[in-house]
This record gives sequence, C-alpha cells and structure tokens, in this order.
Amino acid sequence: MTPVLAVSGLEVRLDNGIIVIDEIEFELRRGEILGLVGESGSGKTTTGLAMLGYARPGVQICSGSVQVLGNEMLGEPQEAIQRIRRDLIAYVPQDAAVSLNPSVRVGAQVSAILRARGERGPFEDRVRSVFERVELPASEDFMRRFPHQLSGGQQQRVSLAVALVREPAIVVLDEPTTGLDVITQDRILREIRRLRDETGAAMLYVSHDLATVSALADRIAVMYAGRIVEMGSTESLLGRPRHPYTHGLISAIPDTTPGLTLRGIGGVAVGAGERAAGCSFVARCFLATSQCREEAQEPAHPTAGTMVRCFEWKRTPPITISRNDERLRPVAAEEAWLAVSHLQAVHRTRAGIVVAAYDVSFSIGPRRSLALVGQSGSGKTTIARCIAGLHVPSGGQISWRGALIPAKARDRSRAVRRDIQIVFQNPYESLNPRRVIGAQIARPARQLRGLGRADAQRDVALLLDRVRLPARIATRYPAELSGGERQRVAIARALAAAPKLLICDEVTSALDVSVQAAVIELLMELCAELDLSLLFISHDLGVVASVADEALVLEKGRVKEHGPVASLLRDPRADYTRELLAAAPKLPESVRAKGAP
Amino acid sequence: MRRDTVRRLPRGLRRLPKSGLVGAVLVAIVMGIALFGRLVTPHPAAQIVGAPYLGPGGGHPLGTDFLGRDLLSRVLAGGLTVVGLSAIATLAAYLVGATIGMLAAYVGGLTDALAMRSMDVLLAFPPFLFLLVLASGGGPGPITAVIGVAVIQIPGVARVIRAAAQEVAVRSYVEAAVARGESTQYVLSREIFPNIVSTVVADGGPRYTGSILLTAGLTFLGLGLQPPAADWALMISENRDGLTFAPLGVLVPALLIMLLTIGVNLLGDGIARSLGLSRSGELVES
Repeated sequence: MTPVLAVSGLEVRLDNGIIVIDEIEFELRRGEILGLVGESGSGKTTTGLAMLGYARPGVQICSGSVQVLGNEMLGEPQEAIQRIRRDLIAYVPQDAAVSLNPSVRVGAQVSAILRARGERGPFEDRVRSVFERVELPASEDFMRRFPHQLSGGQQQRVSLAVALVREPAIVVLDEPTTGLDVITQDRILREIRRLRDETGAAMLYVSHDLATVSALADRIAVMYAGRIVEMGSTESLLGRPRHPYTHGLISAIPDTTPGLTLRGIGGVAVGAGERAAGCSFVARCFLATSQCREEAQEPAHPTAGTMVRCFEWKRTPPITISRNDERLRPVAAEEAWLAVSHLQAVHRTRAGIVVAAYDVSFSIGPRRSLALVGQSGSGKTTIARCIAGLHVPSGGQISWRGALIPAKARDRSRAVRRDIQIVFQNPYESLNPRRVIGAQIARPARQLRGLGRADAQRDVALLLDRVRLPARIATRYPAELSGGERQRVAIARALAAAPKLLICDEVTSALDVSVQAAVIELLMELCAELDLSLLFISHDLGVVASVADEALVLEKGRVKEHGPVASLLRDPRADYTRELLAAAPKLPESVRAKGAP
Repeated sequence: MRRDTVRRLPRGLRRLPKSGLVGAVLVAIVMGIALFGRLVTPHPAAQIVGAPYLGPGGGHPLGTDFLGRDLLSRVLAGGLTVVGLSAIATLAAYLVGATIGMLAAYVGGLTDALAMRSMDVLLAFPPFLFLLVLASGGGPGPITAVIGVAVIQIPGVARVIRAAAQEVAVRSYVEAAVARGESTQYVLSREIFPNIVSTVVADGGPRYTGSILLTAGLTFLGLGLQPPAADWALMISENRDGLTFAPLGVLVPALLIMLLTIGVNLLGDGIARSLGLSRSGELVES
C-alpha cells in the first residue's frame, strides 16, 4: 500500500540560515496515527506545518519533499498547494479559542470551508452531520452561537469539525488538547481515535506529552533539536527505548503509581543554532562517548520499522522504575504546623461572587507534604494564596504552629512571613526581569533574616548551588535563563528566607516533562535535606503521586476527598477522584510492569 | 530609576534605530542652541541695534525684530526658557503623576477609585481656560507657567502609568514581594517602576512635546514670560505683525520649536524600542 503522506529530506531554516529542522523522513499510511513527540523548541510544530507546505514568517522550507497522495507540497505554485490543502490535508491548531474567528457563528465557520471549495449550498445538512460526528449538539441554536459562548472542549470540537467537514485524507493535529483539563482531554482523545476509525484518515499528532500520545498513536517519532532521534511502533518504542533521550523522557513521565520516583534529564535542551557537530543530545546523555561529540549519527535500524539516531543504542538500558516506599508508610500523628480550618474564600467579579473555597480544612505537620489537586477553577490556587497572605479569606481560620495568623502578609510577624514561602506557577513572571538573579535571591535573606550585604551574598552562592545552578548565574538577568532554570531561581529565592513550609503553586506545569521531573527531584531532595513541609498544588495526579504524602481533591472549591495519596490512588472513594484518575494520561501498563523490579 | 535600568540605557542608545538617531540629532541641535546660544550672541538680546523689521544683511544675518533688536541674538538667547520650563514642568508632572498612577494600580480599591476620579475631574478642564484662571490668580510669570503646565499634564501621566503598572502589579515577582511583607515604597520603586520604564520613555516624548507647546502657547498669550525677555514663543507673538514683510522673526523661532518637538518624539520612540522591551517587560533579543 502506498503511503498517503511521504516526507523525505525535509529541511527548514530560519531566514538567517540557522537550521530549525533537518533530515526529517517518515511515511504515514491510511488510517494510521503517527505521534510526533518533542519538548519545546524541538521543531515539532515546524514539522507539522511543513506538511501543509507552510512555514511561519521568519523561517523557510529549504529542501526536501512532502508528498500528499503523490502530490508534491514543496516548491509548487501557490494555487496547487492551496488546492491540496483544501481537499486533502487539514490542520487542527493548538488553541481553538484563538484559531476560531470570534465574530463568526460556529456553524458558518464550518460551512465557509465548503463554500471556499466552490461547492453550492445549502450546507445545513452536512454541517449538522459533521457536528454530530464530533459529538456537538447539532441544533439550529447551537450552530448560531459564537465561539466565546462555547466551553474549551466544545471549541476544540468545532476546530475538529472544520478540519473534518472536507473529509481529508490526512489531518495534522498540533497539540489539540493542550490547555484542556484532563477529563475533557480524555474525551477529545477518544473522539479523535473514533474519527480515525470511521473516516480512515491518516493523522499526524504533534504533542509534547508522550503519555497522551502513547494512548493514541500507532507509531511514535521522537524529536530532539530539530531531528527525529527515534521512531518505531508505540509498543516497541515505549517498551524498549533505544535512544537515551527517549529513555529519559519515559523515566520522567509522571504516573499515578504512588511513590514513583521521577527522574529528570539534567541540563538544558539545545535551541536552534546551538547544534554541535555530533549528536545534539550529547551534553545531557549518560552514554555519551567522544565519537558522539564529533561525528554525525546516521539512522540505524535495530529492527524492521524502527529507527534510532544513536551510536550507542545497544547500550541503552531497559526502563526501570524505582519507588520511594519510605514515604508511603503512615507516620505517627505529630503536632500540625499549618492548620487550616473551615476556610472560605470568594472572588468578586463583574458577573458576581465566585466561591473559590468552601469549608476547607486540613493540616500539615513537620516534614510532611500535602497536595491540593483539582482542575482549573477548583480553588486550589486561591487556598494557597490565602495561606501565603495574598488573598483575604471570607471565613475560617489559618494557624501556624499553634497561633492564629492574620490574613494579610503585611500584618503577619516577620517570623511567620519567613517560615511560609511560596513559589509561583509561571517561571516567566516569577522573577523581576529588571534585576539580576543574585539581587533577587539576596533580598529575602536580607529583609526576612536581617543578614548583612556580605552574608546575603555568600548565601546566594550557597542557595544557587543547592538548586544545582552555577554561581555565575547570580549576575545574569532572568531573560538569559530557561524556564526550568528560572523556576530553580524562584525556589532558591524562597529558600533564602530559610522557610519551614514551602508552598508550590503548579510550579512545574509550564515546564517540559524532562525538566519537570528534574525540578520535582530537586524539591524532594530539598525537603529531605532542609526538613521542609510542602504544600503542593497541582492539576496533575501523576505529579502528585510522586510528591505528596497526603492529598486533597477539590472541585469548585469543595473538598471531594482527603486522605493519604497511596490509598487515594489505589482505592478512590469519591466519584470525582475516580473520574480524574481514569482520565489522567498514563503510559500503557506494560511499560511500567515490564520495568518493575 | 534603578541602577540596573540605568546600566542598560547606554547599551540601548547604541542600538538606536535610524529614526531615533535623526531625533537625537534634531534634539542635540535645538538643545545646543537653547543652552549655549546665549554665550555667543553678537549683540545683547535686549539692545536696539537698528530700524525695526530690517531684512537679513548688514551685520544682522536674520535682520531685526519689531523694535529693531538683532533677531539672531534673540533666537540664540531665547531658547532656554521654552526648553527648560517645559522640561521642569514635565518632570514635575511625572513625579506626581507616576506616583499617583502606580499607587492607584498597586493599592487598588478605594484608593484607585478616588485617585483616578479626581484625575478625571482635572482632565475635564479645558487646559487654556485652566491656565488663564491660574494666571489671573497667581499673576503671569514663569513659575505660574511651570505649575500650570505640570498640573495639566498630571492626569494623562497618571492614567498611562496606572495602565502600565496594573499589568506589572499582578506579576508573581510583585506578589512574592507582597508575601515577604515589603513596604509599598519598596514595591513601587524596586519591583514595579523599573518594569514600566519603557512606557515612561515612550510616553515621555509626546508628553514633553505637549509641555513645550503649552508653555509656548502660554507665553504667546502673554501669561508666561514677560517682555523684554528673549523667548521663542514671545518672539512669535511680538513679531507676528511683520509676518508679511519680515517673516524670519516668526518663522525661525517657530521652526526651532517644531524641530524640537519632532526630535523629542522620534528620540523617545527610538529609545523605548532600543531598550529592547516587549510589552510584557521581558527583554527581547534583537
């Protein structure tokens, strides 16, 4: 059977000649889903767009061939490419909220595609049938709605409908579920799988999330620094990764196995223009040899249908998992340090009052870690902000080491402000872009611990070392650091106060998986070394499973379940927890089982 | 301004775009005339040297004004007041307006509402009416002019600064400072202000232009500087009767004021851009 999509020798460069992706080569057969996985900056979206013969402004497709059902997409006249885009290949962009035209009714957005193809109306029946196919209400009323009147999941379905109404042979999906909550994501993924089965379309599914892709794709291609470093069937790639990077990625994926120890990949991903002569992964690789540094890797084929770009692939070990069962043992009840009782919090918006926390109670003892789990809008961040003194609760009490503490941070004693420190979600906003790193870390040490300038400077070096960053970073500005490095600096800034409780508000959700795992590893070590208690806020049950002793599951400000993480994951009581658990993306059982000791 | 920000400025100037360079040259020329021209006047500015409204020539390259004073000397001597008074007024407006704007954005709530509504009231006065009332109360003169122009500029500054500061005030690094219990003064001067500098610089150009025009207008109306002082705006007013037969007395000072306003605008935009700031305050590589 001839492939519906054949790519060979694809190369895309920036206008200034720097290579973004090169030597991209793969095929896609009818009804097949190929997952294209990579972390930010790996060139996966550029590759996805090149399938449509398109490159974003500032980059150019330089050479190679992309054939859609035998039609060449590259270097052909614009009209020919547009005809192919219209009839044969569709693109589903990442953020439906942005990609749908906000001023056009959703039904009209779908029929516009048919009109553009030169077809004659009326289109109502076809629009209705495609809406039915993506499980949207096909009522007259629904089709007359504007995109902002739909939920995020519905918007994404409209995007799918726009792509599918022309019955394309190939659909390129670029992170179609990123930004959706896990339950909605799970539904959309099922949808995509069903649509593939029904229509027989081939799909290229671009994503940063290996766990999501593993549930969907027949084959997976892993990209790093603009090249496909490993490709194979989902089963073989996950079960027996041959590239050290794939190995690292799999070990870094959070799973809902309680107590699983995540292992991150050290170092920083290679950006465009930073490629070395040899393998781009060499600086982060545990198998690197001098040959890897100097020579370019030709693709090797360990078995039929698999490809790996690594000299040392035979030495890549199988996946092993390690658990920290220590943490799962119940601990004798100690006096609680932080005690939150009957906390209530609201947000006042123009639309009215939104309850963010309703009668929430919990406590955290010394050296314990508690997680607040929930989707966006569950109130978990608001609860954290109440404890940090950034949001004034409308009811309830917060006490620290036996004494009630005031609601506002500035009314609290210096000792309390010092003991409770918070690290925020967005690494790009948590550091002042106008001050050098050293000054930002030194400030809490000076202000909260009363250290002198010289002592604070000495502390900065120690703290940077503690978060595994080189001391020279102290004189840099935040813009010169990667997201993961910034988050480490934010942790160092919190530690500068010598706190007893660290509040981590979604600290890893903006990071790549391999970096996320490294930050979590670091947090776990710090908690052990410094006897910290941890309040960990996350939407990701997998992350929570490897971080927390205890968890609170929240939905719309209400506590749905509260208990030790291990029992909560093995035997969830609340329906909502069960639903979250079922929807959480995870690697196939076989991968973890095979690796189990 | 923060030390870190100041250290970036020279680097920014070196990366000035072409339009900014043109602006810098214009500003340098006009400022040069305004600041140092008084040192090289061929005649004392107030001395009558010949017949009124003489054309160029005979030791008077630009001719004479309505009283027969040397125009070149008066142009050389008359810049400092326009340039200087409007600069002082603009700075004063920023000092007060930026503080009000940042406080309103950071503290929010009632403070915000009170501050911004009183700014709206100020904004509702027609500027020249306000200046006329002020001059009739305080008497015409440079101090009245500076205070008047500054007060007129304050609401605009406060609004722009508030909008910029609101965006910064919700960033996590500001929240981190709040959680540490930092003082309001610290948060405003160390965490917020350095991150809205690009807005201040970009806004400062047109704002200074506005001050120049207001000061000049005020002087033209006879409410600022008083004769026989040499002043560009005053010259336009004094010599306008001779516009048809000795136009240089009006055109030269008018041209200088125009070049200064254009130059300041181009330079301000250029600096804001070359500081390399995107709207989020992140440094962008260029």
